[in-house]
Amino acid sequence: MVSEAVIWSIFLLPLGSFMFAALVVRPLFNRYSLISGLATIGALGTALGLSIWTLRSAILGHHLEFEPLKWLEVGDATIEIGLLVDPLTALMLVVVTGVSLLVQIYSLGYMKGDPSFSRYYAYMSLFTAAMLGLVMSSNIIQLYMFWELVGVSSYLLIGFWHERPSAAAAAKKAFIITRIGDVGFLIAILYLFTQAETFSAAGLNAFHIPDIWMAAQAEAAAGAIIGGTALTWLALGIFAGAAGKSGQFPLHTWLPDAMEGPTPVSALIHAATMVAAGVFLVARFFPVFEHSIDAMTVVALVGAFTAVFAASMGLVMNDIKRVMAYSTVSQLGYMMAALGLGLYAPAIFHLVTHAAFKALLFLGAGSVNHATGTFDMRYMGGLRKVMPVTYVLMFIAGLSLVGIIPLAGFWSKDEILLGAWDGTGLVDTWVNRVTFFSLIVGVVATAFYTMRMIILTFHGEFRGGIDKEIEDRSSDAADDTNHSAHGGIHLHESPLVMILPMLVLGVITVVIGYIANPQWVDEFGIPKHWITAFLSDGLAEAKNAIGHHETLEFSRGMALVSTLAALLGIGLAVLVYLKRRRLVSDILVLVKPVHILLTQKYYMDYLYENLMVRKWFYRVFAGTLDWLEKNIIDGTVDLVGWFFRNIGTAIGKFQTGQVQTYATVIAFAVLAIILALLLVD
Amino acid sequence: MVEGYNGLLTATVFLPAVGALILLLLVKGNKNVRNFAVFIALADLVLSLVVFSFFDRSEGADRFQFVDKITWIPDVGLNAHFFLAVDGLSAPLVALTGLLGMCAILASWHVGFRVKEYFVWLLVLQTAVMGVFTSMDLLLFFLFWELELVPMFMLISVWGSGRKEYSAMKFLIFTIFGSGFMLVGIVAVYLTPGVGTFDMVELSTKTTMLTSAGLLIPMSGLFWLFFAGFAIKLPTWPVHTWLPDAHTDAPTAASVMLAGVLLKMGGYGLLRINVGMFPSQADEFAWVLVVLGVVSVLYGAVITMRQTDLKRLIAYSSVSHMGLVLVGIGSVGISEGTLSVTGLNGAAMQLFTHGTVTGLLFLSVGLVYERTHTRHIPDLGGLAGRMPVVAVAMLIAGLASLGLPGLSGFVSELLVFLGAYQAYDWPTVLAVLGIVLAAGYILWMMQRTFFGVRRESFNDLPDASLVEALPLGLMLITIIGVGVYPSVLTDVFESGLNPMVDVLNGVINP
Repeated sequence: MVSEAVIWSIFLLPLGSFMFAALVVRPLFNRYSLISGLATIGALGTALGLSIWTLRSAILGHHLEFEPLKWLEVGDATIEIGLLVDPLTALMLVVVTGVSLLVQIYSLGYMKGDPSFSRYYAYMSLFTAAMLGLVMSSNIIQLYMFWELVGVSSYLLIGFWHERPSAAAAAKKAFIITRIGDVGFLIAILYLFTQAETFSAAGLNAFHIPDIWMAAQAEAAAGAIIGGTALTWLALGIFAGAAGKSGQFPLHTWLPDAMEGPTPVSALIHAATMVAAGVFLVARFFPVFEHSIDAMTVVALVGAFTAVFAASMGLVMNDIKRVMAYSTVSQLGYMMAALGLGLYAPAIFHLVTHAAFKALLFLGAGSVNHATGTFDMRYMGGLRKVMPVTYVLMFIAGLSLVGIIPLAGFWSKDEILLGAWDGTGLVDTWVNRVTFFSLIVGVVATAFYTMRMIILTFHGEFRGGIDKEIEDRSSDAADDTNHSAHGGIHLHESPLVMILPMLVLGVITVVIGYIANPQWVDEFGIPKHWITAFLSDGLAEAKNAIGHHETLEFSRGMALVSTLAALLGIGLAVLVYLKRRRLVSDILVLVKPVHILLTQKYYMDYLYENLMVRKWFYRVFAGTLDWLEKNIIDGTVDLVGWFFRNIGTAIGKFQTGQVQTYATVIAFAVLAIILALLLVD
Repeated sequence: MVEGYNGLLTATVFLPAVGALILLLLVKGNKNVRNFAVFIALADLVLSLVVFSFFDRSEGADRFQFVDKITWIPDVGLNAHFFLAVDGLSAPLVALTGLLGMCAILASWHVGFRVKEYFVWLLVLQTAVMGVFTSMDLLLFFLFWELELVPMFMLISVWGSGRKEYSAMKFLIFTIFGSGFMLVGIVAVYLTPGVGTFDMVELSTKTTMLTSAGLLIPMSGLFWLFFAGFAIKLPTWPVHTWLPDAHTDAPTAASVMLAGVLLKMGGYGLLRINVGMFPSQADEFAWVLVVLGVVSVLYGAVITMRQTDLKRLIAYSSVSHMGLVLVGIGSVGISEGTLSVTGLNGAAMQLFTHGTVTGLLFLSVGLVYERTHTRHIPDLGGLAGRMPVVAVAMLIAGLASLGLPGLSGFVSELLVFLGAYQAYDWPTVLAVLGIVLAAGYILWMMQRTFFGVRRESFNDLPDASLVEALPLGLMLITIIGVGVYPSVLTDVFESGLNPMVDVLNGVINP
């Protein structure tokens, strides 16, 4: 069994490498900034080892419960810091440290020569530490704290190249939009505190997560402390925070812009881990959510809608990273929808496989960018000849995303589809149906944009890369879309330090879907339905209902349906982009209004930024208040001042600016008041 | 007659003033003046830290410690004392004043005009503020309260910029207007039959003294008289307009002191006198405080967004953040159940954290202004590449200001919200929206000032020198330290606030 110190070390190691890079290397040895990278990798490698040890311990069924430490005690509010290591956390620890380690190794090549190399690794370490802290939190306020810290590391990393105005703007946008969701999360915490007395009467702490689970269970000894409408609002508040972080509609607009950050950052933070934190959060409070049909319905429908909505925008993007950003939002929608339907284990299973293949796709995009200097697919093409390894890996990852048997994505997505079709009885049947059909439509769209991306990037002829893009841009000055590309064109495979982590992810992408969750019999010593059973057991234990074992049996019918949907999308894309070999960047140009609507992202950025923020809020509302401030509130002050200044020479004499005079006046005035009062008395 | 004498507080309060006198009479040459001022400030910082760390916070310890109590002007039959003491509420504020006083003097290294006089005023200011936080006699309290005006008026009107005379006068008239009310309140309290004392300890422990019949002014009237003085100082909407003007036109050090400690006098007064001496009125009128607080939070934040002058922007953000102090104090308005110290502790914490955070923001802006000679945000941009130390300081201060966990601002905001939500849930939800607005104005300001494309004329700006980085470092350590380990302050505040909460609970649940 792992000890408490080991689990804390998983968090402290990256924190240490952050402090080392930020406080030692950056100010003192910036010339040898490679040290920061190596220190980070060393710390994360160790953390990965410890995480695997922790996972093993959790698999062996060790009871990993530790006494929390008191952080802050003020009046009734007792805020603790502790460890909550259940199957969910144990898996997340391995996912986060694993992906982070691979991304940091990759970054040695990708960020080579960047003058802010140390700063980069400092931020990356900070992010990893915060993310690890988040998944192991046993207290909702502790969780909220790390939640905000991953948000700020995301802010720092999106704006890493801060001299680019677009990067600085995207960073700010990401932080503010996620914070809108966080308001809901914070209010949920405030609500919990109003119940503090009831909690402590039952021997519970209102901020301790397992206690919150307990309080939501109607069958618990203490009865439901939180229930009814209050529970629904509590769950929706938490979901608001989750929706912000996981880019769920209508708070999704920040994630595509977040691609302004360095590509390894996008791979780690905006694909594999941080954006999945929202899914994690809902899963963490699943024992609360499942007691509210309304909240579950909202989660399911928002997820299902986001899955289709985001995928539709992915169909027309020209920037390879933006295609994948929308793909990420869409896939997070799948996970949310699954949670909303009550498919706890499949949602997390999909989170794990998605982390692997989406990180690989992003690293592949970085590799392509390394060669061509651009992210615009209109200037790529034909790269499969010069970058065969990247091509094969991206192809595998792409098919995994689409859900082609036997790659990882197939198994996890199929579980979700199957569960959605069967239903779990936690929500009304119509919700199940709507969600299922949305997700199937999503599969077609996913297959289409994925194939489109692969064909435009790797097939056909090379279309000039960054040089051509700059040429075109200078002739078309109005187009000021920004590119976060760096370096010039050198068309060859990326260096080994970048390829190696991709290869590892490639292997994982191929095997993890089936190996982690064998469908028919035990394989390689791994029991049938291992990962879903492991997670379901964890959930059952959280609800004090041991022996509750829910797994979905593989269905050939569903596999057929989803594969057909995927093949339909792939076929369409091949037909349009490969067979015709015309240089149309997309077919939807033929349906002009739809194309415009999609490329304009349904005008939501316009609505939010131009109309709501700039016009209604800033110009009209804040402008009016500002006018009132200057003319009415301060105007009154000045008017009073003017009145007294001009009231006559006698009083004017007092306006000498001499403090003594004022003090004298006041003294006499007060004396007069007292005298008056005494006389009245 | 000496009723208690420890001497530590007297030394802490008057050391800067004595230093100022020596400076005025004996020290010659700008360099010596600076060094001597730093020496005095450092000594006073050490003393204030001694007060803070030797303050006995264990349970059962005396509520008021380091008592210096001497009968004062007995000849005229006035029952007034020279009475200095600290409790858990004032001890951290004394430390804050010591810290900011030191930083303000370090931030004045490049003042080249009437140097000696400048430092004399800064030191006198420190004595006045220290006096406010330690006086336990209403008359003495008022004396220090008024004393503070003179140096601040001089600092703004002589060493300021822009419309400095206008702003200095506005500051002075506003505050005096408020303290006029306060003086009436003080006198009325003294003249209330059966009271006849200025002793704040007695008045807050025996709150029944004031409920006796035959009041000169009704109790609620007294409450509002004091409130008027403190609300202007805090400041709360709608009497806040002196603040942006005073801040914008004041020299850096004066801005640091003004935002860092002078505003805190308002919040301190509200806690010490309005809550401590008038518990039933505080409970009854808590909703007014919450309404004013929420309006200040939101209104201040919205107006902050419109600002194009860096200092004005921070000044308006102060209006917003001091609104949270009122919201936290408003937690005493719970209608049922037992009042917990959470909200009041949040309000007190907010005084401390806002002091350090805004102090740091003003220090950083001062450095930017010194180099670029502009505070007009549209003229700035891209400074992070040239001044990374200042940018990091500003960013961390900004993040603390928007309530990022791990930094001190989060703790105070969290406690304020936790406490206030118990009493007034919907108004608190509105106040929570302030954290989104704060993220908006802080990050937008960072984006326009430090990120993006840099003007060519800024290409060889130097970063902060060692002397300039020193106060930044002191503040950063405090902000991060309190953020990570807040108990170092909350426990002390709690020991000071718990007696008040006990009294309040007696009022709420009679």
